[in-house]
Amino acid sequence: MISSSPDFKENVAAALHDPQLQRALAGVAPGLAARRAAARSGLPEFEALRERGREIKNHTLAHLDAYLEEYERKVTELGGVVHYAATAQDARDAILRICRDAGARLVTKGKSMISEEIGLNHHLEQAGLEVVETDLGEYIIQLRGETPSHIIAPAIHLTQDQVEADFRKVHTKLPAGRMLTEPAQLVAEARQILREKFLAADVGITGANFLIAETGTSVIVTNEGNGDLTQSLPRVHIVIASIEKMVPTLEDVSTLVRLLARSATGQEISTYTTFSSGPRRAGDPDGPQAYHVVILDNGRSDLLATDFREVLRCIRCGACMNHCPVYQSIGGHAYGWVYPGPIGAVLTPALIGVRGSADLPNASTFCGRCEQVCPMKIPLPGLMRAWREKDFDAGGTPLLYRAGLAAWAFFARRPRLYNLAARLGIPLLHLASRRGALHHLPVARGWTKYRDLPAPQGRTFQALWADTEAGVPR
Amino acid sequence: MSVTGASARTAVLSKIRQALQATGSDSARRAAVAERIASPPAPLVPERAQRPREASRALFRTFLEGQSATVVEVGSAAEVPAAIGRYLRSTNMPLRVRVGGDGYLAALPWSTEPALERLDGPAEGEDAVGLSHAAAAVAETGTLVLASGADNPVTLGYLPETHVVVVEEKDLAGGYEGAWEKIRARFGRRGMPRTVNFISGPSRTADIGGELVMGAHGPRRLCVILVRDAGV
Repeated sequence: MISSSPDFKENVAAALHDPQLQRALAGVAPGLAARRAAARSGLPEFEALRERGREIKNHTLAHLDAYLEEYERKVTELGGVVHYAATAQDARDAILRICRDAGARLVTKGKSMISEEIGLNHHLEQAGLEVVETDLGEYIIQLRGETPSHIIAPAIHLTQDQVEADFRKVHTKLPAGRMLTEPAQLVAEARQILREKFLAADVGITGANFLIAETGTSVIVTNEGNGDLTQSLPRVHIVIASIEKMVPTLEDVSTLVRLLARSATGQEISTYTTFSSGPRRAGDPDGPQAYHVVILDNGRSDLLATDFREVLRCIRCGACMNHCPVYQSIGGHAYGWVYPGPIGAVLTPALIGVRGSADLPNASTFCGRCEQVCPMKIPLPGLMRAWREKDFDAGGTPLLYRAGLAAWAFFARRPRLYNLAARLGIPLLHLASRRGALHHLPVARGWTKYRDLPAPQGRTFQALWADTEAGVPR
Repeated sequence: MSVTGASARTAVLSKIRQALQATGSDSARRAAVAERIASPPAPLVPERAQRPREASRALFRTFLEGQSATVVEVGSAAEVPAAIGRYLRSTNMPLRVRVGGDGYLAALPWSTEPALERLDGPAEGEDAVGLSHAAAAVAETGTLVLASGADNPVTLGYLPETHVVVVEEKDLAGGYEGAWEKIRARFGRRGMPRTVNFISGPSRTADIGGELVMGAHGPRRLCVILVRDAGV
């Protein structure tokens, strides 16, 4: 996927002034946060499970090569084929080759963020294949030629009216006067259209939430059951998964399943969790005749040797974006690449380079909620800070910003001067203010354009601190 | 030019080893992996997954009903055909079910419900009702565990509009780990059927305006028939 992350600031301005988007965002994300909180309080062991989940992923990442080999051995034993892909191009080529070998014309797809990352649909369509997304949200954005704006709710940026308009535009074989004013009517229509595709497809492609080394199993989690129809009806099932999806055993995956849906949607468990091991067995009356797993690296192994290894624990629940004040104001598309929200702000610089995406780790209030809710305890604010430092070291930070930082550092290293400046600054800024607020600041126009800066008043922090230390009552 | 096949495998795995500062012959790390798979450390099983039988059954039922499934308890296997008939009549569904070769289901006294027609084999697009026999069930989240095969074709749970699943109380585990024990007992350690399906309600979506709608692609209705153990 081509990145528009370098245009982050323009993207944000557009998103903030898009009334449809703002209406759609107001509707969904806050509800997801409340539901997560309810699910968490319903399971007293939740915090302890997070710690277990973190340990499982850390152990697996530290032995990733050995687990991948073990997993591959089991898949092969069951009659499946494992393909490794170092780059997005390698993965696209491997999948196209499998489709061609199968003589495929129609490909159905379950939801997969990795397939977005490698730009799979475009590649297959260029080669003459029909590719149909079957997750309802993905189907809707495919009709619109858009990309997902949330990793588990891809069409979260759209309102019901927009979906109705799209269905009327595209489903032209259906009567023009049909009722489509209720979500249930829209869902029923999509069900009818997609059912034909499920039954006619030659190849089904799904992602994987987990790969299990013990049994050579790929796991998908859905609420719609679209992944199951995608993988059970066609002749060929292709799984596309990145290297960090690996877990050792069924016990480990059980721990992660206990965390995933509760963190994502606040459900106790998603409606369908499906464990697939190889192609159909002798005597099986249904299921695919061939089973392929494409394992993608695409820059992830580079992270293993760095502090950013922690981000590879991510199980893609979306809790960080559901709790992020920045995501909830601008939606997912503004981030400009596949993964939005706090996880995207850390992952995007890692996978496509910080030079084109430095605005992402900078677009954070560091409120810390993402880290608080992350089931895998990924220190997202700390990692965003690490990207800011790298960007600074690489000369990416704008000049005015650097000058400001340098000026601050000059004073910060000279405490007496700092104190003096603070003491003089308070009355000066107070003089410049009207009714205790600053409406215009020459160096912070970005701030004062949207809100007033409260003018400092009273004594300095250092002075108050010294009093507290000395036991002076306030 | 893309790299595929054996060279891609070597490239990816050696990059990982390099990043982890490990070597290919690092036998201690391989041994750790083999050991972890052979005897995983004791998992943290939540309290709710370890409750006594009565409480466990109540939890199973409560969660499934909360997830928009219907739960019917019957006292013995002999009552199952009539219970299926009653459920289908109550939902205005045709008295015709698609069912695999499952021995337990085949042995039920179908003559008690003569109007109920059974079609054999995997599901087809037009089937209205699929009937499956769960390999296990899990109380902690109200979850059915189905094992695919000729006995219980996987499509029965996804193509028909209504899915009826028979669960024997003896197969109800408190937590996921208990269900895996049952799967391992049947398919061997490190063995699995082609698919194991955890099913915790009818198909649903909230992709349009965040409003929950049943029957996205899979069944609109899920009916669970729980067969109580005799003498319990």
